[in-house]
Amino acid sequence: MNSPAQFTLAARVLHWLMAAMILTMLFIGVGMVASVSERHDWLIRIHKPLGIAILILAVVRLAVRLRHPPPPLPADLPVLQKLAALASHWLLYALMFALPLIGWAMLSAGGYPVMLSESLRLPPIFPFSPIAFAVLRHAHAWLAILLFLTFLAHMGAALYHGLIRRDGVLSSMTGVRFRRS
Amino acid sequence: MNEPLVPTPPAKPHHLAWSSLVWRSALIGAVVAVTVVAFGYVGGWLAPHRLTPGRIVNQLQADAGTFPGYRRNHAKGVCVTGYFQSNGQAQTYSDAQVFAPGRTPVVGRFAIPGGNPYAPDSSVPIRSMALRFALANGQQWRTGMNSMPVFPVATPQAFYDQLKAQQPDPATGKPDPAKVGAFFAAHPETAAFLAWVKTAKPSASFATEGYWSLNAFVFVDANGVRHPVRWRMVPESADAAGDADKAGGTDYLYADLTQRLAHGPLRWHLLVTLANPGDPTNDATKAWPSDRRDIDAGTLVLEGTEPQESGPCRDINYDPLVLPAGIEASDDPLLPARSAAYATSYLRRTSEEAHLPGTAVAHPKPETKS
Repeated sequence: MNSPAQFTLAARVLHWLMAAMILTMLFIGVGMVASVSERHDWLIRIHKPLGIAILILAVVRLAVRLRHPPPPLPADLPVLQKLAALASHWLLYALMFALPLIGWAMLSAGGYPVMLSESLRLPPIFPFSPIAFAVLRHAHAWLAILLFLTFLAHMGAALYHGLIRRDGVLSSMTGVRFRRS
Repeated sequence: MNEPLVPTPPAKPHHLAWSSLVWRSALIGAVVAVTVVAFGYVGGWLAPHRLTPGRIVNQLQADAGTFPGYRRNHAKGVCVTGYFQSNGQAQTYSDAQVFAPGRTPVVGRFAIPGGNPYAPDSSVPIRSMALRFALANGQQWRTGMNSMPVFPVATPQAFYDQLKAQQPDPATGKPDPAKVGAFFAAHPETAAFLAWVKTAKPSASFATEGYWSLNAFVFVDANGVRHPVRWRMVPESADAAGDADKAGGTDYLYADLTQRLAHGPLRWHLLVTLANPGDPTNDATKAWPSDRRDIDAGTLVLEGTEPQESGPCRDINYDPLVLPAGIEASDDPLLPARSAAYATSYLRRTSEEAHLPGTAVAHPKPETKS
């Protein structure tokens, strides 16, 4: 059964923009820490301002989400899948906030200046502490892996809705409706 | 029809043909799999031969052993504190705040190369000076310098190969001379360093040494004009400290430093060398011709020293790419590799300080020898 409703235009724009940014960010993150070439330096230079941009957009997105609740999932979707959808969406939101904040806190705890550009610097949000740095740095990496896995599940589920169930869930976010074959 | 994989709801008006279902499922699986493989490749897990910061640091540990809580290279050192008194003369070339006339506080560290924090001071003829300038605008300048005018190798891969060649043979506990010889024979760019090291002796003092940036950097002036530079710290302490033969024990450098600082601050001049067009900025094995113009940017004044286990330098990563506006990295490939490897070393030693699971466990600390 098709859900006739769609996400609002603002929600769809934010979703696809942030999807591209977050996926880019995950690849930049694992790439920069595994590189000793010039890539290491310029990827880090992108990583920090991009992370803060994602944090700002996450705030906007949460506001949009609370103001405009998403369209309901299909009524015939099994309860377990509904629960999985709900839980994974809130996990994605939580990680959108947590990863940039932990990255910022981690650099603060390590005593690094948090530079978004040559001269734009953010204030520290955590006291200088090597032990906190280590914990936050590991948390940053593990939560990034969790975000990647959640993204994979999200993408797989979206394609399942769009290609197999063909129940209107995917098109509620793409805004495009294909006629069924 | 109901496929076990896909619980098609009964209310659904259009069922997929069996073959269509298989292809669509396969397509979804393929999209997910391609994403995972791309991620694994970029992250290095599926590219085992790529040189990563982790592999460099593993090799440092293989060469020297693992000493929890300590830096993986230049492990033996001491903290120093003081300030940099800028005279304003470098301002023409860099608008970094540190070069405006005035004082910038400094937390630094003297060290000797190698991963063993208990190595005798006479084990290497090289000393190093690392500095962190805390600028008033909140930006920082971190630099790590060595008491030699050129670096043995020009690339991260060659550095890694050198470490590998110098790894102690388990049978003898010493590097295999054949492997070391083969490395230097295959790397003629090491000639300038080898010529220097032949005449170098382990100095009996940190204070009488000069320290070179080795890598080139770029100063950016207020008009945005870029000036390739190298810098060095030239000591005011001119007394010939002589070589280490005169000093007793294995930890004489710290004793010497403490003794000198008890009599007053120690000073170095920061000399910034401006490159001529065509001088190599991407090759730390090549010194620039000696007629290049030097700017005396000011005086580094060191006033106090503390052991590294409790001093303020302990938890600072002297990453040479922590730079203020007005100083940028050059195209030297060693710089990003240093930055990346230092970050890995910092994460390992802070994780050990935090006693995180899976980190190296500290052995009972040997008594400090004197």
